[in-house]
Amino acid sequence: MTSTKSTAISLRVNGETHSLTVDNRTTLLDALRERLDLIGTKKGCDQGQCGACTVLLDGRRVNSCLQLAVAAEGREVTTVEGVADGERLHPVQQAFLDLDGYQCGYCTSGQICSAVAVIEELAREWPSAATEDVRRPPEVSEEEIRERMSGNLCRCGAYVNIVRAVTQAAKNEQVTA
Amino acid sequence: MREFDYRRAADAHEAVALLSGEPEARFLGGGTNLVDLMKTGVENPALLVDVRGLPLDRVEVADDGALTIGATMTNSDLAAHPEVRHRYPALAEALLAGASGQLRNMATVGGNLLQRTRCGYFTDLSRPCNKREPGSGCSALDGEHHNHAILGWSEHCVATNPSDMAVALAAFDAVVRVLTAEGSAEIPLAEFYLPVGDTPHRETALPDGALITGVTLPAATVAARSRYRKVRERASYAFANGSIAAALHVEDGTVRDVRIAFGAVASRPWRAREAERALIGGPATPEAFAAAADAELAAARPLAHNGYKVPLIRNLVVSTLTELQEAAR
Repeated sequence: MTSTKSTAISLRVNGETHSLTVDNRTTLLDALRERLDLIGTKKGCDQGQCGACTVLLDGRRVNSCLQLAVAAEGREVTTVEGVADGERLHPVQQAFLDLDGYQCGYCTSGQICSAVAVIEELAREWPSAATEDVRRPPEVSEEEIRERMSGNLCRCGAYVNIVRAVTQAAKNEQVTA
Repeated sequence: MREFDYRRAADAHEAVALLSGEPEARFLGGGTNLVDLMKTGVENPALLVDVRGLPLDRVEVADDGALTIGATMTNSDLAAHPEVRHRYPALAEALLAGASGQLRNMATVGGNLLQRTRCGYFTDLSRPCNKREPGSGCSALDGEHHNHAILGWSEHCVATNPSDMAVALAAFDAVVRVLTAEGSAEIPLAEFYLPVGDTPHRETALPDGALITGVTLPAATVAARSRYRKVRERASYAFANGSIAAALHVEDGTVRDVRIAFGAVASRPWRAREAERALIGGPATPEAFAAAADAELAAARPLAHNGYKVPLIRNLVVSTLTELQEAAR
């Protein structure tokens, strides 16, 4: 077998296609930050434990630090730079501003990408560990939001306002859906 | 991280062919455990064969009601599947008790079965570990082992299997479906994880180069009334200190069918057959549930710093079975 330690890939990020050759060891996180200059996605633990690197892959939230870039070819990546609708902020972004859902801001882009997906998961009636009866659709509640956002750590401890912001955005989504 | 080749397989047969004759190759599913271990240098593959895109990402329902779950289905999709939520709720609960929303979106069923222990010494290359480096010794036996095994361990390794999903699968008599160059085969989950013995580095009965293609859950009416409960050091997003998957069917106060499996107590999900035997045909009372737990835990050999797991599991048995019985009234 011919040895190929790097691979030419095309990555589709926020609706744009980028062609690049990556060392196979490159994570999606490093490709976004170091190669495509999309530095909104943050590197926290680099071990899948903190959620700062959360992006959407085919619309679903993932830890980009554990996702190899080469394995993301052909899939649609959305980063925090791509969640707004032009100049109009995503409702989750607006809720973080309105309710002061951050302190230092380092975890915020991961929190926002995660929350965008949480609202989508609730709309699909996915259960969570906080769902009383997994046979029934989940309610939108602070308890559900806390559980669903548990993969996003905030060292400042801004959780109180993060939970309020995500809950408000989720409830607004329910009303307008 | 060591440099590696990357290949994407179009189907399961091609995946097996790409891996054959490549002892340093690994299948790549969601990568949540493998990529992490490659970063720390515990895993050093020369080739990754990406199986994430294989068309094995659905649940099939057989005429007799058995479910066959494709190996590349994500943990999220499986937990959200209506057949799982309604007919095997403990499996949905177990999946949802594991990891985070992000990780469950990446992690596959096949990869979940093959995830490695979270024993801190396993990932600490500066310390002996028989699982990582056979013959080097076990640092946990007399070290930090408050969350290690109380059942089935040997002096060669006291690590636990970290999977929540596998605990529910063990309770429901799952069968692992595999593909090798010779053809397909089935391995009951009860035989899938090997006893520790003096070979803790050999964790499963999976033949060399075999690909897990799916898991079959036999139809079981008892499973519709089941729970997974997990005790951990944080409210969410943490590995278990102890967990239980249980299902109970009671008629006129008598136990007719019961399934019990424990997590975080052994190198594999621990099917509590002694406890089940003690309960079948007897009364469904808290006293009987406690006696059944004691029958199973008679074999427990706690380490210096994890004796708490014995009463923890005993309490989980009593409270979970009591809850299941009360829900049925």
